[in-house]
Amino acid sequence: MHILVCIKQVPDSAQIRINPVTQTIMRQGVPTIINPYDLFSLEEALRLRDQFGGEVTVLTMGPPMASDSLRKALAIGADRAVLLTDRFFAGSDTLATSFALTQAIVKISETFGAPDIVFTGKQTIDGDTAQVGPGIAKRLDLLQLTYVAKIVECDPDKREIIVERRSEGGVHVLKTKLPCLITMLEGSNEVRRGAMKDALRAARAEIVTWSAKDAGIADMTKCGLKGSPTVVKKVFAPPPRSERAFFVPTADVASQEAENLITTLFERQPALEQDLTTTAAGF
Amino acid sequence: MIEERFDAIVIGAGMAGNAAAHTMASRGLKVLQLERGEYPGSKNVQGAILYADMLEKIVPEFREEAPLERRLIEQRMWMMTDKSHTGMHYRSDEFNEEKANRYTIIRSQFDRWFSKEVQAKGALVICETTVTELVSDAYGKVIGVRTDRDADTIFADVVVLAEGVNALLGTRAGLRPAPKPENVALAVKEMHFLPQETIDARFNLRGDEGVVIEAVGTISKGMTGMGFIYTNKECLSLGIGCLVSDFAEKQQTPYGLLEAFKKHPSVAPLIQGSEVKEYAAHLIPEGGYKAIPDLFGEGWVVVGDAAQLNNAIHREGSNLAMTSGRLAGEAIFQIKSRRDPMTKQNLSLYKTYIDDSFVMKDLKKYKDMPHLLHTNSKNFFLTYPELISTAMDNFLRVDGKPKLEKENASIRSFVKQRSLMGLFGDAFKFARAWR
Repeated sequence: MHILVCIKQVPDSAQIRINPVTQTIMRQGVPTIINPYDLFSLEEALRLRDQFGGEVTVLTMGPPMASDSLRKALAIGADRAVLLTDRFFAGSDTLATSFALTQAIVKISETFGAPDIVFTGKQTIDGDTAQVGPGIAKRLDLLQLTYVAKIVECDPDKREIIVERRSEGGVHVLKTKLPCLITMLEGSNEVRRGAMKDALRAARAEIVTWSAKDAGIADMTKCGLKGSPTVVKKVFAPPPRSERAFFVPTADVASQEAENLITTLFERQPALEQDLTTTAAGF
Repeated sequence: MIEERFDAIVIGAGMAGNAAAHTMASRGLKVLQLERGEYPGSKNVQGAILYADMLEKIVPEFREEAPLERRLIEQRMWMMTDKSHTGMHYRSDEFNEEKANRYTIIRSQFDRWFSKEVQAKGALVICETTVTELVSDAYGKVIGVRTDRDADTIFADVVVLAEGVNALLGTRAGLRPAPKPENVALAVKEMHFLPQETIDARFNLRGDEGVVIEAVGTISKGMTGMGFIYTNKECLSLGIGCLVSDFAEKQQTPYGLLEAFKKHPSVAPLIQGSEVKEYAAHLIPEGGYKAIPDLFGEGWVVVGDAAQLNNAIHREGSNLAMTSGRLAGEAIFQIKSRRDPMTKQNLSLYKTYIDDSFVMKDLKKYKDMPHLLHTNSKNFFLTYPELISTAMDNFLRVDGKPKLEKENASIRSFVKQRSLMGLFGDAFKFARAWR
């Protein structure tokens, strides 16, 4: 099997700071990580490879330093890494990103063989749109299985896959023909620790690096800022909610203390008092 | 099974490890460096001051690319009581030379850069990998390491232990005793962010000029310790450290000392309005010459903090680390180029190099100092600062009393607090430890 995993290098959102003056995100010095949702897809891809043989290729689009994330993916166990990098891609929204990635996947198919499954993360932690995966599926005309919690069965010979997909109503059990695109749900597996051998291999692996031209992209108007209809109107940090603590007067008698507590509560939440009185009237 | 063999495995990507890996890789040795942090520097904590000379010997053009914060043009030494400080400041425009002598740095950024240099020389650097075990052959010679990734052994002719002050691996492998509480200090530090202009104004600086404040006195509550404030570009590193054994004995907490230091009337205005964005703690080897363990053995050498190489008096740690790493690298290269095995006897070359360098000469010079400061900590850190403060107050306060009377009062208070013999004794011991 040839399995392709799309990953994204994102700023570690746990360590992001907002500039108090300009209200913009301070990217400087914020460490980057592989988008955590992508790791569940990578792990699932590696498991399928371990079971059925074949190769896992990881693909990312980003600045040259995104190769760090690809190297990490190799250290976890991926076989090959492709970096799509070009200044023409700067400012891409989800539409332009899915276009560029699709072109790269076509090129990967020509160069290294067509993938049987394309994995992406459920969404990224920096954009949170969950649009790029489905965008790729649409452009490549692949069947798409989003929010997959479990791969129940995969039969590369019959070219079939059965998955459990989490939805609002419950769990769908779906059978699909390969090739398809899958986005994995977080927590669906435990991401492995790469072997020492893989870490050594990753440290000196040659990362396949393609420019827009290398990837066979001819129509530059569909790339980067030009190809992105999304316009960011404003970025702001929401003001922290002003939740305050109130001190309830203490009393010697417990019942008095309870009364103090209720009085304080009702003072702050008059609606609550009304609700309770209405309900109590029913008894 | 990993077939590949390395000439050397370096454990740790701090100053010592990077210096060793850089030295060996740039001389063509096949080097593997393993670091437990997410990236080189992610786990490394220091004040931090970089001494240019020692780095220049490894990366001569470091000033062009290394992330340096400010070049130091002024040193302030404070002796503090609860309400005052008596200071000695040395500031010189001579320090504004093109190739400055000392810089403040932020280790997480600096170490990342240093590691890129190491990798550019051809060393293989793998992060997020903790070495769990040194692997030895039947004769007890270290022949490789095992990591937390799996059971695979990676083989090398020699292992350079640059694992830092805790020295867990070396201790576990029985190469050395565990560091003793009286030989390590625990320092805590905060990063206080302030606009660059504010820092410039508060510390009387222009451009990339920087100041170091180092403070002793009642801030350490009678324990052997020191507080510091370093100016970075847009933040201040502020911290305090004392011997671990003192913390235990006096039942003091590091964060308690830090809070008190921050509230001190001499310090509070300097950090007013800052935003704290980082908090870190670190152990510092303070045992000096007498606490240094064996530096080499069959198939291994130890460098930097892991070897307890730190000059507490001159607050030099990272440059001893860099120098020991470099010298270990040079010794290993010499042995390798003679096609000799990495035996204990051959690796003693590293000890010869380091004994000849300033590292051991300095540490030897101050070999009695840690002991002296420790046993007399009450005098050095509580009594003397108070006495000096009283003397200064007497000298400066104009209150109509005759000056002679006041001077005599100062002298009397010195003698009263610490007998004449004691004073002479301390001065004598101090001078001898210094010599």
